[in-house]
Amino acid sequence: MRKLVSLLLVVIALTSFVVACAAPTPEVIEKEVVVEKEVPVTVEVDKEVIVEKEVVRTVIVEKEVEKGVTIEYWQYFFDARVDAMNRLIQQFEAENPDIHIIHTNFPYADYRDKIAASVPAGVGPDIATLYYGWMPLWVDSGYLVPLPEDEFPPSMIESEFSPLVQAGKFDGKYWAIPTAVRTLALFWNKDLFEAAGLDPEKPPTTLDEFVEYAKKLTKLDANGDYEVMGYAVEMNGQAHHWYREILTRQFGQVPQSEDQRKIQWNASEGGYEAWEWLCKFETEYKTGTNDLFDGATQAFYQGKLALHIDGSFRLGSIAKNAPDLNFGVAPMPIGPSGELTTFGSFWTHGLTNKAASDPKRLEAAVKFLKFITTDEAMALWVDKVGELPARLEAASDPDLLADPKLGAFAQQLPYAYATFFVNESDDRQALMDAYDAVQLTGENPRAALDEAVEKVQALFDEFWATH
Amino acid sequence: MAVSVEQKTHGSRYGIGQRRSEAIVKAICYFFLILGGITMVVPFIWMIATSFKPASEIYMGNFFPKAASLDNYREVILKTLFPRWYLNSFICATLSTLSVVFFDSLVGYTLAKYDFPGKNVIFVLILGTLMVPTEMLVIPWYIMSVDLHWADTYWGIIFPGVITGGGIFLMRQFMSGVPNDLIDAARIDGVSEFGLYWRVALPLVKPALAALAIFNFLGNWNAYIWPLIVSSAREMLTLPVGLAYFSGEASTDWHLIMTANTLSVVPLLAVFVIFQRQIIEGIALTGLKG
Amino acid sequence: MFKKLSLRRRQQLWAYAFILIPLFFFLAIRIGPTLFALNVSVREWNILSPEKPFVGLANFERIWQDFQNPKSVVRRAFQNTFSYVIIGVPTQLVLALAIALMLDRITRLVSLFRAIYFIPFVTSTVAISWVWRWMYQPRFGPINLLLSFLGLPEQNFLRDPDQALLSIVAVAIWQGLGFAIIIFLAGLKQIPQMYYEAARIDGANRWQLLRRVTLPLLNPTIVYLVVLQSIRFLRMFTQVITMTRQGDGGPLNSTVTVVLHMYREGFGRYKMGSAAALMVVLFLIIMMITLAQMRLLTRRVEY
Repeated sequence: MRKLVSLLLVVIALTSFVVACAAPTPEVIEKEVVVEKEVPVTVEVDKEVIVEKEVVRTVIVEKEVEKGVTIEYWQYFFDARVDAMNRLIQQFEAENPDIHIIHTNFPYADYRDKIAASVPAGVGPDIATLYYGWMPLWVDSGYLVPLPEDEFPPSMIESEFSPLVQAGKFDGKYWAIPTAVRTLALFWNKDLFEAAGLDPEKPPTTLDEFVEYAKKLTKLDANGDYEVMGYAVEMNGQAHHWYREILTRQFGQVPQSEDQRKIQWNASEGGYEAWEWLCKFETEYKTGTNDLFDGATQAFYQGKLALHIDGSFRLGSIAKNAPDLNFGVAPMPIGPSGELTTFGSFWTHGLTNKAASDPKRLEAAVKFLKFITTDEAMALWVDKVGELPARLEAASDPDLLADPKLGAFAQQLPYAYATFFVNESDDRQALMDAYDAVQLTGENPRAALDEAVEKVQALFDEFWATH
Repeated sequence: MAVSVEQKTHGSRYGIGQRRSEAIVKAICYFFLILGGITMVVPFIWMIATSFKPASEIYMGNFFPKAASLDNYREVILKTLFPRWYLNSFICATLSTLSVVFFDSLVGYTLAKYDFPGKNVIFVLILGTLMVPTEMLVIPWYIMSVDLHWADTYWGIIFPGVITGGGIFLMRQFMSGVPNDLIDAARIDGVSEFGLYWRVALPLVKPALAALAIFNFLGNWNAYIWPLIVSSAREMLTLPVGLAYFSGEASTDWHLIMTANTLSVVPLLAVFVIFQRQIIEGIALTGLKG
Repeated sequence: MFKKLSLRRRQQLWAYAFILIPLFFFLAIRIGPTLFALNVSVREWNILSPEKPFVGLANFERIWQDFQNPKSVVRRAFQNTFSYVIIGVPTQLVLALAIALMLDRITRLVSLFRAIYFIPFVTSTVAISWVWRWMYQPRFGPINLLLSFLGLPEQNFLRDPDQALLSIVAVAIWQGLGFAIIIFLAGLKQIPQMYYEAARIDGANRWQLLRRVTLPLLNPTIVYLVVLQSIRFLRMFTQVITMTRQGDGGPLNSTVTVVLHMYREGFGRYKMGSAAALMVVLFLIIMMITLAQMRLLTRRVEY
């Protein structure tokens, strides 16, 4: 016992020492920067006195930001995104020495929690990156402010940006604008094609071929376990988008009514058929399961899955996690209706009411927002992150279209749809649950789909009741 | 003061004629204990084994690494701020534990040994706080920390837990056991009221204090939601929050997670193994009085 | 008389001085925020918005309405939470008692076993949950590898709506087992040997010894553990959010708990009013259960 106590004492002494000298130092400097920034705006006697006292130690810092503005930019953590944004900020700060950008990021799963906590506390970003599907919620609460029309004229956005971006329009105004957009495409593993006796350069182009290939590519071991999976439905990944926005249309059913008030997945036979078509991979064809290898995406990395539907952002993570994977990317397979269609989505940048609270901040934030939505910024983004430029001109760059990997994504941009979401995660959850009900409890696919429609319709009704 | 969990008195429990059946019972006991023991350690062995595996071996189904390497450790330690997070966790857990040990025992002592109006109300109030799920208090806490500029500081991370209701309850139970005569005698000898607590009562409840310190250290070392909300700056994260960076939009780096897990768990295990007797006996005591 | 009173007064003043800071702390850090949450529970508050209109008991009514729908998340959350308690607490206590009794009987390696059983308790729940998530993996998880080695059918565990809750509860039991064992061991040591002697002279067999001597005399220990563990299981959160694929308490809401649901309402859907109302309900439940358990279980100790 005595040992324990004396150990504790040593620890106390050590830590208090460490705390005393190490920890607060960076804090102090940062705080001073913030104080400096306020000086020109509100000249108060008290504050100036404080500032003078503190400034003695950090004259250089003071001079640098004397006339400056500091704004905050938030996004979720993903190596490539963070890296690309840091480069952009570096360039921007070099061009605009009086604007300082604090770039903060959080684990993907916790990003929204952090935003939520920051708002009532009155802190948080001036510019936030958000998934476009969250916009109704964010706009509704008054968290985002509309983009100033003189800087971002709607006509300019509509003529120069991908039509996808129009998903950011509410009440006739634009509330956010992206650097990049992403589409879904078909990934295929060339080595597995070869092993199954298929031409590694010829991916399936129609849904029928897709099924046929998936069956051929599936390989079982002696125990009847999957050795190679043809295709596995990853409902928590991109498969729900595939169903919602693509398969429905390909089977002749528009997923949501024109006015976005009604969910129509089960409005006709086509919607049901599309759903059944997707469910059959696991129930009937047995071409794979999302439960092995910790999900289809991981399985694809491991070379255990031959066909995979995913977004352009996946290119970056494959390069990182499975650099030796021999794979190709093709446009989405075409369905019975013959309609060319894919799902497009984007993470977009919005100005928050924090930025709007101070004209100087707003000016700086708008300047930065314009900078990260230029052709040059987009070129850098596509290079580092693998997401497509949001501007049509940059996206129709012949080099990009000819790119063996990115080309397929870029080609599909003209016919990509972005679903209108009231609440993207609940919408997805409804389809995930419907799929799980079919696979895990053997529920009738049609009944499961009806239930999902009911749930999502309730979300929509609730939303439209107040709009 | 320490309860000896060791001492054995079975000889007297059973007659000589029962020796044989006793041996069988013992054998059965050992069998089940070993079986259970394996269940307890296998996950840890797997975790440590995985931390030495390259990413490509994760889905191969081998328990032990085929090509063991320290690459994962290199990546976790050098490419992230892991050492800093380590230090943060250590500082926060230590500071919070010191405060808890002091204040909880002081309040426990006061509630056990003084009579004053409002005592019961205060006690019930403190106990009541134990039943509120802290997940819900995060928002008001965060508003408070921002207003007071505590966000992204060590104090911000630890302040909700620098005094704990559970610890006060525990210490009150133990302080009740300190003989009143002893305190009165010391008081007559001219010991100050604080001295009565510090020099008379506190030394008598040392084992319970040790248990409280350990619980609290563990709780803080492992805390997740609050540190996540309150710290934004990368260099102010704690270990469990830092771990969350290894699991992304659709991919989970198992080999890195297990490496980070190993790094965060092993020092605690080492401390536990070294002090296990004291720790266990201290904790055993809490059960007797709680 | 006067002198005595003044001494008493002085002591009271000291008492107040000692608890002044902690009392202030509790008011500011615990009770204040709890009142804040109570206030939020009668408001509609999208956390991104500055407005919090008062809506009376609408949040509670809504929870009650949802609760009546057997398929709603709220209903599942409450059901599951009770399942966690009802399965978790007794299983953990029985296992812990059995192991404690065995440890009490053997003579060698006692401290080694004690230490081994205690290890999981020392480690972080997040880390533990990640490890077990892997342990339960289909095919490549060690448990399924063992099952297939033994020629038994592989199980889906966390991905099977019928097994997921049990799989998670098993981890919670596993992690808390060591703590309960230690407490039981200490309790066992407190039982005077003479009771056993007396019972044996009366001709009691092992089972009767356990029922008539050990269990009644362990009662305070059991009460302590039941209350403590019930609260722990009622507040299950970290294990579920880490071990289910989307942190959603799936598959099909089969593992979602009240605290997880509350968290998702507040931080996922930004419905703070509804989340706060759930907190209030859970608080009341925890309080009632704790009081009931203390009443019921302590009464039995008397004979």
